[in-house]
Amino acid sequence: MNPLIPLFVIIPLAGAFLIMIIGRFIRDFDKYFATLVLLFLAVVSFWFLFSTGEKVTVYKAGGWEPVNGVPVGIYMVLDGFNTLVLCIINLIGFLSVFYSISYMNRYTSGNYFYSLFCLMVAGMNGVVISGDIFNIFVFLEISAISSYALVAFGVEKNELEATFKYQVLGGIASFMILFGIGFIYWKAKTLNIADIRIVFSTGYDRTYYLFVQILLLAGFGLKAAIMPFHAWLPDAHSSAPSPISAMLSGVLIKAVGIYVIIRLFFNMFAISQAMSVLITSLGALSMLIGVLLAIGQWDIKRLLAYHSISQMGYVVLSVGIGMMLISKGMRNEIAALAIAGGIFHLINHAAFKGLLFLNAGAIEYAAGTRDLHEMGGLARQMPATAATSFTASMAISGIPPFNGFFSKLIIIVAAVMARYYLLAVLAVIVSIITLASFLKFQRYAFFNKSEGPNTGKIREVPFPMVFSMIILSIICLLLSLLVLPGIRETILTPATDILMDPSKYPSQITGI
Amino acid sequence: MIPYLMCFGLFLTGLYGIITRRNLVKIAISLSVMEFSTFLFLALIGYIEGGTAPIVDPADPVKVYVDPLPQALVLTAIVIGLATTAMIMAVIIRIYRKYGTFDIREIKNLKG
Amino acid sequence: MTVIVKKTTQLIAGLVFLYGIYVIVHGHLTPGGGFAGGVIIAGSFILLILAFGSDFMKLTKEESGSTLYENLAILIVAFLACSGLIFGTGIFFLNWLPKGTAGELISAGIIPLYNIFVGIEVAASILTIFLALIIFKEEMPE
Repeated sequence: MNPLIPLFVIIPLAGAFLIMIIGRFIRDFDKYFATLVLLFLAVVSFWFLFSTGEKVTVYKAGGWEPVNGVPVGIYMVLDGFNTLVLCIINLIGFLSVFYSISYMNRYTSGNYFYSLFCLMVAGMNGVVISGDIFNIFVFLEISAISSYALVAFGVEKNELEATFKYQVLGGIASFMILFGIGFIYWKAKTLNIADIRIVFSTGYDRTYYLFVQILLLAGFGLKAAIMPFHAWLPDAHSSAPSPISAMLSGVLIKAVGIYVIIRLFFNMFAISQAMSVLITSLGALSMLIGVLLAIGQWDIKRLLAYHSISQMGYVVLSVGIGMMLISKGMRNEIAALAIAGGIFHLINHAAFKGLLFLNAGAIEYAAGTRDLHEMGGLARQMPATAATSFTASMAISGIPPFNGFFSKLIIIVAAVMARYYLLAVLAVIVSIITLASFLKFQRYAFFNKSEGPNTGKIREVPFPMVFSMIILSIICLLLSLLVLPGIRETILTPATDILMDPSKYPSQITGI
Repeated sequence: MIPYLMCFGLFLTGLYGIITRRNLVKIAISLSVMEFSTFLFLALIGYIEGGTAPIVDPADPVKVYVDPLPQALVLTAIVIGLATTAMIMAVIIRIYRKYGTFDIREIKNLKG
Repeated sequence: MTVIVKKTTQLIAGLVFLYGIYVIVHGHLTPGGGFAGGVIIAGSFILLILAFGSDFMKLTKEESGSTLYENLAILIVAFLACSGLIFGTGIFFLNWLPKGTAGELISAGIIPLYNIFVGIEVAASILTIFLALIIFKEEMPE
């Protein structure tokens, strides 16, 4: 029982309210305190990443021990998959806050911004470390309501319309999730994820099971912006301030969307053929349509938001391939490869999409516009932004030696080895169209010969923004080292093991 | 069986309201109706035949109580619903100041 | 508002406040507790504002007083939760005060303290929401 585990939720929560009290009296307290809090959380999460390995750490809140072998009480769980997602939440949160030290000079009421940001990080940390489904819902709502407020931060017409659309759709999804949780409690009479797995392994009604799975997939799929439920994402992610766009697109749709889908479908429900076919086809659909809608965009942030949908399609596709192989009961090593590719692409996408949104923010801060028609020749005047943007564009298109190449290679190789040739060809085509779209972005923004309207007074953005962008581009290069066998054993293999082994997760939690 | 079907019918009524109403405030109220149906469903789940309210009175021992856990879940969910409704109402007031109308067909600045 | 509403509000607002305090303090014996009692206390303040108008109650541009109470109360709740780590045996949310006999007013460890601070917090936050929404009325004609 490690007492550091609940600190992931308590420290940002207390920090948010402390900023509201003390920030009223001392100027600039909010910026530096928020940065310190997130730096501490990032350091602690990396410490957990390198010390967890194969074991599962369980923390029982209130010290309530299991009664007759049945877990009562709230459990917080850290295993190989959790610590990876915790690392990316806190690291990209720290870099976004550092970036926003100079970006938020354009906005007033900075107190509220940093307080809401800390609340959002507290909510996301809570979703990732909780061990029972109702706590996932409560922390999901905390982070979702904070993100609704943050999207509408500078109250212009576009931002308010975007946040209204986001709120209504997000509200419908949340209550579908609550409905699904009610259904699960009705038959299982318990809320702990490991215990539900044990109860359902003794027998269940097939129609009820399918209904609950589809309800939860619809609810969490809307939070993760998978294809039929993607309508809120382009508006919300393009209207938010840039550090918030980087957090939303880089971390929020993963931590409260894809992470929960993977956790519930591998560790709680038994994998069935119908659901795995459904998930794979949704992934393929969102991959294709996301990139086709992204080609015709001339607004930078809308282009990046549509590419988020397509890259999330890659992750869902590879997880779906893993599920299809496991449900047929064969070729476990190919399924492990597919799931590892999906998780690796999740981490990579957080890094390079966060970097791309921070770049878009830097361009907007310096040039004052977001339309690709009106920019040109920024490479001479903003060298750091141009270099990091080139890195991120090559990473997302899958060019070696950046990290995007390795994760897409693993996904395509897994699809070919499992004999799903159509999916592999689709993944290659989407990657080529992504490359075309980002070459257009690079040419019009940075290397164009024609000059924009106010090119005379563009200079490089201030130091905190440049620092965050350079650190993220170094991380993009370092993450490609995760393919090497020594490093892969310590970081990626525990994550796939805890998901694939059907009896490891429940036995480690209820046996303790 | 009948109370469960009525809860689901209330959920669909709220969904119908969100889809077809034009006024922003009516959309927010339909979202509220949808969440109330979920609370009713959760509270109905914990019913045990012949049970009384789960309040312990040391002087009067009762053998069967209804399940108190869904009632705690509903209490938490009501607080979350209050926060959602308050947030959406604040956004609606700001939208009225900027656009000058409550009609959702006039508010289409973002497209493409 | 008419004379009937104003007179009734003058007579009843204090009783509603007292009822809210009763619901909070008896949270571990009867149904209610922190959240329900907090809403009732906020309701008594909102009743006064609705009956007498915001000009009479001299509301200023910012709602800084209620925001301060709300933030302080949440920090005290977080501190009480962490006090299990410091004074107890290192477990978070532990119930470490002595639990008396069931049915008494002073019993059940640390739960009545949680109820009181959560009640203050909920009352302050609902009052803040209400004030934030009506202060816009004075800025409306632009």
